[in-house]
Amino acid sequence: MALIHQRERFSVLVKTPAAKPVRKPPAKASSKAPVLPEEGSNHPRPRNPERYEASQEELLHFYKEMLLIRRFEERAGQLYGLGLIGGFCHLYIGQEAVAVGLQSALEPGKDSVITGYRDHGHMLAYGIDPKIIMAELTGRGAGISRGKGGSMHMFSTEHKFYGGHGIVGAQVPLGAGLAFGHKYSEDGGVCMAYFGDGAANQGQVYESFNMAALWKLPIIFVIENNGYAMGTKVARSSAETEFYRRGDSFRIPGMQVNGMDVLEVRGAAEAALEYVRGGNGPLLMELKTYRYRGHSMSDPAKYRSREEVQNVKEKSDPIEAAKAELIKMGVSEDAMKAIDKEIRTIVSEAADFAETSPEPDPSELYTDVLVEQY
Amino acid sequence: MAIELKMPALSPTMEEGTLAKWLVKEGDTVSSGDILAEIETDKATMEFEAVDEGTISKILIAEGTDNVKVGAVIALIAGEGEDASAAEAAPAPAPTPAPKPEAKAPTENVQIVPETPKRAEVSDPAIPEGTEMVPTTVREALRDAMAEEMRRDDRVFVMGEEVAEYQGAYKVTQGLLEEFGPRRVIDTPITEYGFAGIGAGAAMGGLRPVIEFMTFNFAMQAIDHIINSAAKTNYMSGGQMRCPVVFRGPNGAASRVGAQHSQNFGPWYANVPGLIVIAPYDSADAKGLLKAAIRTEDPVVFLENELVYGRTFDVPKLEDHVLPIGKARIMREGSDVTIVSYSIGVGVALEAAEKLAAEGIDAEVVDLRTLRPLDTATVLESLKKTNRMVVVEEGWPVCSIASEICAVAMEQGFDDLDAPVLRVTNEDVPLPYAANLEKLALVDSARVIAAVKKVTYKG
Repeated sequence: MALIHQRERFSVLVKTPAAKPVRKPPAKASSKAPVLPEEGSNHPRPRNPERYEASQEELLHFYKEMLLIRRFEERAGQLYGLGLIGGFCHLYIGQEAVAVGLQSALEPGKDSVITGYRDHGHMLAYGIDPKIIMAELTGRGAGISRGKGGSMHMFSTEHKFYGGHGIVGAQVPLGAGLAFGHKYSEDGGVCMAYFGDGAANQGQVYESFNMAALWKLPIIFVIENNGYAMGTKVARSSAETEFYRRGDSFRIPGMQVNGMDVLEVRGAAEAALEYVRGGNGPLLMELKTYRYRGHSMSDPAKYRSREEVQNVKEKSDPIEAAKAELIKMGVSEDAMKAIDKEIRTIVSEAADFAETSPEPDPSELYTDVLVEQY
Repeated sequence: MAIELKMPALSPTMEEGTLAKWLVKEGDTVSSGDILAEIETDKATMEFEAVDEGTISKILIAEGTDNVKVGAVIALIAGEGEDASAAEAAPAPAPTPAPKPEAKAPTENVQIVPETPKRAEVSDPAIPEGTEMVPTTVREALRDAMAEEMRRDDRVFVMGEEVAEYQGAYKVTQGLLEEFGPRRVIDTPITEYGFAGIGAGAAMGGLRPVIEFMTFNFAMQAIDHIINSAAKTNYMSGGQMRCPVVFRGPNGAASRVGAQHSQNFGPWYANVPGLIVIAPYDSADAKGLLKAAIRTEDPVVFLENELVYGRTFDVPKLEDHVLPIGKARIMREGSDVTIVSYSIGVGVALEAAEKLAAEGIDAEVVDLRTLRPLDTATVLESLKKTNRMVVVEEGWPVCSIASEICAVAMEQGFDDLDAPVLRVTNEDVPLPYAANLEKLALVDSARVIAAVKKVTYKG
C-alpha cells in the first residue's frame, strides 16, 4: 500500500475568461536599460548599467535564493489554502529576481531595506531562516515577530531590514527617514525602499521624493512594477506608466530595468549604488516584473487572461532563465536536481516547523505594547 | 507515495465551496501548472492548479458536489514512478490544528482583565530646598527642554515647518539653529505626511527625532504615520523594532482661527495603544515632560497649547529637570470636590477653584499631564477624599478624556461617589469664528463653578 502524504499539493489560479489574443507580457523590458536624465544634460546621472557577469558560483547562489523564494511562496499558498495562514497573504512568485538581484549588491550591516506587505521574498533574500518567517505566517510564537505581526509585518533590525509595512506607500517616507539616518550618522549606508506601481501613485511618495532630492538623501527608490495595482492594470491607474520618469519633477534620475533577469537587476543595482554612494542624492529604479499569482490569496485575478500569465511564465521566468544559463555554464542536470531537492527539504522543514510550533502564549497579548514602564 | 489534493480555502473566510468541474480524469498525467478543477464560492470561481507532477490516481469528490469542506481530500495523485493503481484513499484528515499552549487562550476567557504591568510608585523628583525658581514662559521652557536634550544626545534633532531659519512659527524653536546648526535643526517643506514618515523612519533607524507640527490640526495629514507606523511598530515586530519619535506642537483652540484650526486631538491619540500622549499645562511640566518624552523609547504625541505659550510660570533651576511620564499632579489641594483637567483646562479649573474658595467650597485640582497612560490612581485617590468630581476639558464632549475619566470613576470609584461625575467641555459644534460665538463654545470658569455647585448640591 502506498504511503499517503499528509501534504496536499495545489495552488489556485485564475479562472480563464473567454480566449483573448495574447498580450505582450509587460515584463519584457529592454536589456538596454533607459536611464534618465538623457545624456547631454548637465545634471548628474548614473552610468549606464551593465548586465552583471556572475561566476558560476554566484549565479548558483542567486538561483538557489530565487528558487527558495518560489518554493517557499508556493508552500505559503498551500498553507493558506489549508487555513494555517490567515488574513492577507501576498506572494512574491514571479518577482524573485528583483529582491535577489538588488539585495545581493548591498553591503550587509551597512545598507538598509524597507518594503511593503509583499515582503517574504525580501526577507528570504537576506538569508533569514525560512522557519521563523513561515512560523510568523502561521502566527506562532517562534515567528520572527513572535506571531504578532503576520505576513505583512516582519522585521529584522539585525539585517537592517525595517519591514514589512501594511499601508500602501508608507514605507517610502519611512525609507527616506532611514536614509536621513544614514546621512545624519555618516555611516555610509544607503537605504533601498521598495514599493509597487500602485503605491507609486500615493501622494506621500512625492513628498518623499521632494525631501530626498532636496536633502540629497542616500536612498534608492525601487518601483517593482508588476503591471497591476491590485486588480487595476497600470495603464488604467497611472497617467505616466514609465515609472522611471516619476522622479523627473524632483530631478531624481531614473533607470528602467528588466526585473525578470537577476543579472541585469544586479548590474543595475551596482550602477545605482555607485551613484547614490557618490553623494548625488536619490535615484529611482523601475523594475519591470510580473506577479504570477493574484494580488493576495483571495484575488481570483480575473482582470487578466490566463494566456498572459502563461506567456510570461514560459518566456520570461527568472528562475528558468537562470537555470538555462547555469546549464550552459556546465552545471549538470543532476546538480540542478540536487539543488531542487535541497530547497524542497528546506521549505518542507520550514512548513513543518510552522505547523507544529505552538501559538504565542496568551501572556504575549500584553507584551511589547510599550517599551518602557510608566 | 500518493499526494493528497485537498479542497483549498480561497479567502480568509471560506469554509466550504462547490467542486464545479473536474478538468482531469483518473489516469491522466498532470504537471505543474495544469488546471485540475474549477472551484466555486459565493464570491468567485477559481481554478485549482497542480503544483507537482504525477498521475491522477483517484478522484474522491465528484464534480457538481456542493458544500465541500475546506481541507477535505478531493483527489489523489501518484508521484513520479509510482503505481497509480496502488493509491488508496485515507480518511480525510482535517488541517493540522495549531497546538495550543497550556494556558487558557484569552478568547476563551470572557472575563479577561488587562494585565497591565504593575508600575513602580513614581513621583516627581524632590526639588532641593533653596533651588532657584526662574519665571519662564511655556514657550521658553519647551525650547530649553529641546536644547538640553540636544546637548546631551547627538541623536536628537528637530524637524518641521519653519523650525530653523524662521525660528519657529510660534517661536518655540528660537535659537536652536544658531546653537545646533542646520544638520540638527531642519526646515521642511509643507508636507506633514512626508516628514512625519521621515521622522518615524529615522526613529526606527536609531535616531531621536522631535517632529514639530505647526499645529496638530495639520497632523491629521500625517496621522497614518503617527498611528500605523509609530505606535504599532514595537508590537507588530514582537519588540524588535522601536520608534522613539516625539511629535509635538500646539493643539486645541487658538484665538478666532475658525473650525479647521481649532481642535483638541487629545482623545484621538489617547485612544491608541502603543502611543504616549502628554499634554502639560505649566512651564515646569512642559520642560520636564518634554525632556522625558525625548528620552523614552516609545513614540510620544506631545500636545502643547498656543494660548499657553506666552504664560509665565516658575521653573526650578536644576541641572536636569526630568519628570515622570504617566503621573498626574495635584495642582491645588482641596477637600470638597475634585476638578480633573489637563492642558489649558487646568488654568480654567484653577481659576474656578479660586472663585469657589471665596464661596467656601474647597476644590482639589488634578492636572492629568499625561493622557496615555492615564494616572487613574491619583484621580481615584482624590475622589476617595472629596467624593465628588468634575472633569474640565477644552475639547468636545463625545468620546473625550472627560468621558474616560467618568468611566474610570464609575468602574473603579463607584463607592466613593456622592454625586454623578460631570463633564465641562466645549460645546459640541465646530468652533465658530465670530467672537461672541467662539466664547460661547469654549469652556470657562463660570461653567466649571456651576458644575461644582451641582455635584456638591450647593447650586
